[in-house]
Amino acid sequence: MDWQALGLSLRLAAWTVVILVPLGIWLGRLLAWKPFAGKPVVEALLALPLVLPPTVLGYYLLVAMGGAAPLGRLYEEITGHQLAFSFSGLLAASVLFNLPFAIQPMQRGFEAIPTEVRDAAACCGLSTWRALWRIELPLAWPGLLSAIVLTFAHTLGEFGVVLMVGGNIPGETRTIAVAIYDRVQALDTAAAGSMSLTLLLISLAAIAASYLSTAARARHRDV
Amino acid sequence: MSDRGLQVTLAQTAPIPLSVTLQCGPGELLALVGPSGSGKSTILRAIAGLIRARAGVIRCNGELWFDANENVHRTPQDRRVGFVFQHYGLFPHLTALENVMEAMAATDAATRRARGRELLAKVHLGGLEDRLPRRLSGGQQQRVAVARALAREPDVLLLDEPFSAVDRSTRERLYVELAEMRKELAMPAVLVTHDLDEALLLADRMCVLSHGATLQSGIPYDVVTRPATPQVAQLVGLKNIFRAGVVSHDHERGITCIEWRGRRLDARLQPAYAPGTQVVWTIPPAYLVLHRRDRPSRGEHENPVQGLVGSFVRLGENALMSVHVDDAARPPLFLSIPMHVARRNGIAQGVAVGVSLLAEGIHLMPGEGAGPLGKRHATADREDAPARMTHRGETDA
Repeated sequence: MDWQALGLSLRLAAWTVVILVPLGIWLGRLLAWKPFAGKPVVEALLALPLVLPPTVLGYYLLVAMGGAAPLGRLYEEITGHQLAFSFSGLLAASVLFNLPFAIQPMQRGFEAIPTEVRDAAACCGLSTWRALWRIELPLAWPGLLSAIVLTFAHTLGEFGVVLMVGGNIPGETRTIAVAIYDRVQALDTAAAGSMSLTLLLISLAAIAASYLSTAARARHRDV
Repeated sequence: MSDRGLQVTLAQTAPIPLSVTLQCGPGELLALVGPSGSGKSTILRAIAGLIRARAGVIRCNGELWFDANENVHRTPQDRRVGFVFQHYGLFPHLTALENVMEAMAATDAATRRARGRELLAKVHLGGLEDRLPRRLSGGQQQRVAVARALAREPDVLLLDEPFSAVDRSTRERLYVELAEMRKELAMPAVLVTHDLDEALLLADRMCVLSHGATLQSGIPYDVVTRPATPQVAQLVGLKNIFRAGVVSHDHERGITCIEWRGRRLDARLQPAYAPGTQVVWTIPPAYLVLHRRDRPSRGEHENPVQGLVGSFVRLGENALMSVHVDDAARPPLFLSIPMHVARRNGIAQGVAVGVSLLAEGIHLMPGEGAGPLGKRHATADREDAPARMTHRGETDA
């Protein structure tokens, strides 16, 4: 059992969620309510990671993060470290490939709020922030929750992109998914099996928590 | 003219055409009436600041809320409006009390709670403070919406078809409650409705709209009995709209004589139309009197016409009947009579009846070319125009 890899995976998943929740709220609201030119293009681009093979996404990210590319060079100049094969690089990749998992459920969540309710919030004098906090987020909560769970679980399980961008550096980029692969390669099926089981249980718990919360909420609202 | 109250001027051609001038004084209830798609709700949303018209000015109590030229557009948060939405727009996850409290300015929670309870009691919802909207009936939800709109102590109250989503008996109770509450309210109120009876019952003034344009404003009863144009007459649901020629004015008797399909009718004196002018006339239902079969009654000597009952349709306690006073190809007169009157007089299709058109109710409007006449009338009633004013020689004798 590679505890270090598990810890790194959980850390990566948590940070991905922390970055994607505010981004998803902002983009989800925008896509749900504001018509703008080029909206289908933006939606298509955001959905792209769903259909793109992870290795292809990983390849392009690796190229972009490399010292020869402007992004990679810029990062190196600012921080003095290389972006590819680092935790930061892994996190950036993770945020990118989780975009559809975070934004789409939130967009659906915000779309479910009737226009009249939002107009009423404005006419009641609620500031944008108060309307967001008191009205929109509670009403879009199911979408928000599935975004968090999907992003978290998906980050734990992602393999292709992680391997391309991060490689397999213990404590820096070796996630639990990579560690499982590594153990199988080393014919250590016992370790691979226990880690797989751990991952299975964590994912199952996350999904179950989300469903239970939604069901409890529905019961509460029926009172 | 004081600057108290609400003054609205809006103009645009797209996305929804608007050409509107409205005034609503403090404590006054103005009804915006018109068919669906006439821009009523758009006007309300523009007043609230939810949308922005291309051109126009909105002032409330002397404060400038919107001026397209000066690029002034206050947000809804900054306008202090109380808005009751058609489907109420209640916050579904908050209780009735929390809904009302949410609309109050940020005073301390205890004060807001106390005032929220007070407002809910005022709309007869005491005891239901902790219910979620989905656990309230339609009428109760509407009351929460009204309490919430008032909670902000608004400078103007906006009501968008607030009675359309409740059943009839609830609606009648809510009318009474709103009429009662209005006595205490000092702000201008604008009510959007497509229901004329609602406007007649509740409004101090009424504004008829079509395609985003204000056609006529006035006291509701005046508008529905004395429409300015045939188009307004149609919009306010008057069924008897015919062409005629003005024959003469008798100032002593207070009578204007018109000629309709070869017969003379006495109308209320309306000297604005010179003898010889072609006009369109209408008569509100209350001024049509069915002659009694057994004995004559007062008023029968006023413009009596004879005809045959065309159609007879029962609508609840009343019946709508058409009477062909000339040949059946020409548009008939329409009368609404109580069912017991219909029964007593043996009204049925084909029965001969007499009808008096009370002179006081006959209202003249500009004829062809003078007003925007609906297409239906331009074709259906053309035959009703008197044959090229053959009596011109005798007019104004």
